[in-house]
Amino acid sequence: MKKLLSEFFKGIIKENPTFVLALGLCPTLAVSVSVINGIGMGVAATFVLLGSNMIIALIKNFIPARIRIPCYIVVIATFVTIAELAMKAYSPILDRALGIYVPLIVVNCIVLGRAEAYACKNSLVNSFMDGLGMGVGFTLALILISGIREFLGAGTILGHTVVKGFEPVFVMGMPSGALLLIGLLLGFFNLAKRRN
Amino acid sequence: MDLGQFLAIFISAVFIYNVILSRFLGLCSFIAISKETKPALAMSLAVMFVITMSSMLTWFIYRFLLIPFNLTYLRTISFILVIATFVQLVEMVIRKIAPAMYRFFGIYLPLITVNCAVLGVAVLNIDMFFINGKAVQGSFYYSAFQGVCVGLGYTLAMLLMSGIRERLELCNVPKAMKDFPLGFVIAAILSLSFMGFNGFKF
Repeated sequence: MKKLLSEFFKGIIKENPTFVLALGLCPTLAVSVSVINGIGMGVAATFVLLGSNMIIALIKNFIPARIRIPCYIVVIATFVTIAELAMKAYSPILDRALGIYVPLIVVNCIVLGRAEAYACKNSLVNSFMDGLGMGVGFTLALILISGIREFLGAGTILGHTVVKGFEPVFVMGMPSGALLLIGLLLGFFNLAKRRN
Repeated sequence: MDLGQFLAIFISAVFIYNVILSRFLGLCSFIAISKETKPALAMSLAVMFVITMSSMLTWFIYRFLLIPFNLTYLRTISFILVIATFVQLVEMVIRKIAPAMYRFFGIYLPLITVNCAVLGVAVLNIDMFFINGKAVQGSFYYSAFQGVCVGLGYTLAMLLMSGIRERLELCNVPKAMKDFPLGFVIAAILSLSFMGFNGFKF
């Protein structure tokens, strides 16, 4: 049980996919304009991670080593399609806001990275916890980045005004604001790591 | 099909919605391989070739396989498989017929499979040039041209970035900001200057 919990928690801080491993930055930067988009992307990616990690852990003994990457991609693409269709059906507004970045979860390095580095060597339950931890870590990172960007760029959090009379910094809502923020955050995490 | 449309695709794909600096597609390779100009150029050319070819391939698949059989929901799976297979094929062909070229950019080819720009452009083409499941007139040419233009935009951003980073090697920067973090800050400044193209009207 303790081992399972550590599998879960390592994805949140020690091996955070965004800040420590610097994986899957494309969707992180593109959709983090508002917190609700960030949560939507985080949940979709977590679903895909869980599904693909579990299936790959189950069929790992049947996959020939030479063609394992295409096999992983097919499994991942299947779950992405499920997420895509579900989002179109139940939350069309979110689907429009996330646009092409939903199908692009297929090429998100976090998902393929966990399949290749973890799920193909570990048991079903461990892979499940690993996927869950990585997904939650990714979602939390997205919430942090999109929270800062939404607050600075529009003066709101989840659409609610937080500070009255706050003049929004327009550029934080633009692509360059996202790049600047991730650069500074990565630098900050580096600094924290060096201090320890 | 008119010339104005091609010009609009060119300006928007290269400058206004630059694939890296505005759409964030292919960011990983952009940060990882832009340390020196020569590999950056090799990677850009490889990406441009693969994006153009895959734009055409996926157009055929969508138009003649997925739409007639009402399978458009298989878009993501079929596209990623076709792209992965195609990249593998290109790698094998280049290794066989042009070993010098293979040494020049062969090692970057496998990386392109998971470069989100390739799948991103394929999906973007479908979103832009197919309306209600029907191909817009001239959509094949538009798709192929958009592939070329996105490749050019990628090349432009890569060359700018690698030129700047070559110079930065000689500078004394804070240790915590070295490499990735500083790369992102520079990309932010580049992206800021590309925002100037936003007001372009036709």
